[in-house]
Amino acid sequence: DRPLPSLPSGDTSVLAGLYGPAEVKGSKELPDRAALEVLLRPKVGLPGVTERSREQLLRQTCEAVLLGGLHPRTAITLVLQVLSDAGSLLSCCLNAACMGLLDAGLPLSSLFCGVTCALDPNGVIVLDPTTRQEQEARAVLTFAIDSAERKVLM
Amino acid sequence: MKATPLSNCERRFLLRAIEERKRLDGRQCYDYRNVRISFGADYGCCIVELGKTRVLAQVSCELVPPKPNRPTEGILFFNLELSPMAAPGFEPGRQSELLVKLNRLIERCLRNSKCIDTESLCVVAGEKVWQIRLDLHLLNHDGNIIDAASIAGIVALCHFRRPDVSVQGEEVTVYTPEERDPVPLSIHHMPICVSFAFFQQGTYLLVDPSEREECVMDGLLVIAMNKHREICTIQSSGGIMLVKDQVLRCSKITAVKVAEITELIQKALENDQKVRKEGGKFGFAESIPNQKITAFKMESAAVDTNNVEEQAEEIITKADPPSEVFAKPILHTPGTAQIGEGIENSWGDLEESEREEAAEEEGESEATAFECQKMETEDTSTTRETKKHEPIVLSDSEEEEVVILEPPALPRKTRTQTNSKQETASKKAFNKRRKKKRAAY
Repeated sequence: DRPLPSLPSGDTSVLAGLYGPAEVKGSKELPDRAALEVLLRPKVGLPGVTERSREQLLRQTCEAVLLGGLHPRTAITLVLQVLSDAGSLLSCCLNAACMGLLDAGLPLSSLFCGVTCALDPNGVIVLDPTTRQEQEARAVLTFAIDSAERKVLM
Repeated sequence: MKATPLSNCERRFLLRAIEERKRLDGRQCYDYRNVRISFGADYGCCIVELGKTRVLAQVSCELVPPKPNRPTEGILFFNLELSPMAAPGFEPGRQSELLVKLNRLIERCLRNSKCIDTESLCVVAGEKVWQIRLDLHLLNHDGNIIDAASIAGIVALCHFRRPDVSVQGEEVTVYTPEERDPVPLSIHHMPICVSFAFFQQGTYLLVDPSEREECVMDGLLVIAMNKHREICTIQSSGGIMLVKDQVLRCSKITAVKVAEITELIQKALENDQKVRKEGGKFGFAESIPNQKITAFKMESAAVDTNNVEEQAEEIITKADPPSEVFAKPILHTPGTAQIGEGIENSWGDLEESEREEAAEEEGESEATAFECQKMETEDTSTTRETKKHEPIVLSDSEEEEVVILEPPALPRKTRTQTNSKQETASKKAFNKRRKKKRAAY
């Protein structure tokens, strides 16, 4: 349970810090598994709705691989701080979350990684887009893929 | 999450050490920890590390209408956040006293000292001014947040470049970084905070307290000074009474420290400027060294081994010789083996089983890989059926009653190939390993 250095992908860096399994407040306690809480902090400004929705996505992905049943009635807190953003932020957060879970020694059923691809107006798929490419693209998709069976989690 | 409170013996230890002028990390009373400044990819982004305390600073700007009572001045906004990753006790969304105090100090240090020229931030008087926003995030708490935060704040402000603006009559053009180089902020001087922790009602003084020292301190004195020896802010908290000489002495120390830190900041800024001009790589991706996968690594500390030999010899001569080591396992009942005897002598059968043990030592079936009591009891129960003279049961043991829980019958899916001989070998080998394990304690 300590902060880890960032996971840079190009110029996008996210710092992950993990605490747990630790004591949990009564209302959040789950009787059969660990309660995972994800906090995403942007670099500028206070966290808003975008951050909240991203936190939920990350939480669902992490809960899918985390063997929470081994630590019932505990809380695991994952804090992600954006150090710099140059595109593909969500996949960088996913990678940082996975590294954080690994480094903390939590039991996982598999590893996962995040990949972003953008579909630009010409129909060409661009992997790991920069901020400008993301803005110009028709669609931006982020995938979380697990290591055991190559299944898509998100 | 709740933070673990400091134990009494730790507190006493720290106070005693301070009385003897010793600090946990080996520093002297007036020593600062290593300050490390690294810059990010965008302008105005930096991370400052003071020992293990890390603060991330980011400056951003926006064009907004000015405040009605100050139409020609820009707006400064400071925000310090204690990230939950900094310490287990920090929870999101809770305005703790510490947070309020730190925010207020940062504001007084940077805003009230007028280190930034707000008049230069005005674009169109009364209509459009620059709002400069400084966000500080505490990434790791190891004491002395205020110093690290003030250094990070001022460095980020010096590093920041705002877009260039030109006004022609009524028209205002804001140039993007591609069109015209962004312009730095005009900063008059660099105020830096230095903290002093006081112990035992002001008798002992420590500069740059670490987190542990902060927990046991009586009071804190923070002096913000710039390199021209001008005090920008001074604050004493904790309720300690300070004598005038103490405050003067602290301000002299502050002057020395601030001069050093300001020089370090200038060098760091110049370095970054050079790297950017030459087109080299910059940003956090480069400044975080590649071989560090996890953040915490203890640097090798020199240990004083001068007296070790003498001390060791002393201890060895004083200690009693170790008691005789018993190496023969005795099986009471399925599932329990005993190393050594209490009072009685070993039985004659023991030598026989020892010879068999030695002969079948090599046999290691898969079952031995599982150091599981249940498997062992199953082994022994099966061997009992085949070779009844194997386990040595002490009928009249002077040992206490040993209660064996009846193990449930397990499906033996891994042991279909092994025959009874190997079962014995597995039990023996298991006992041997158990014996080795016990001898190790």
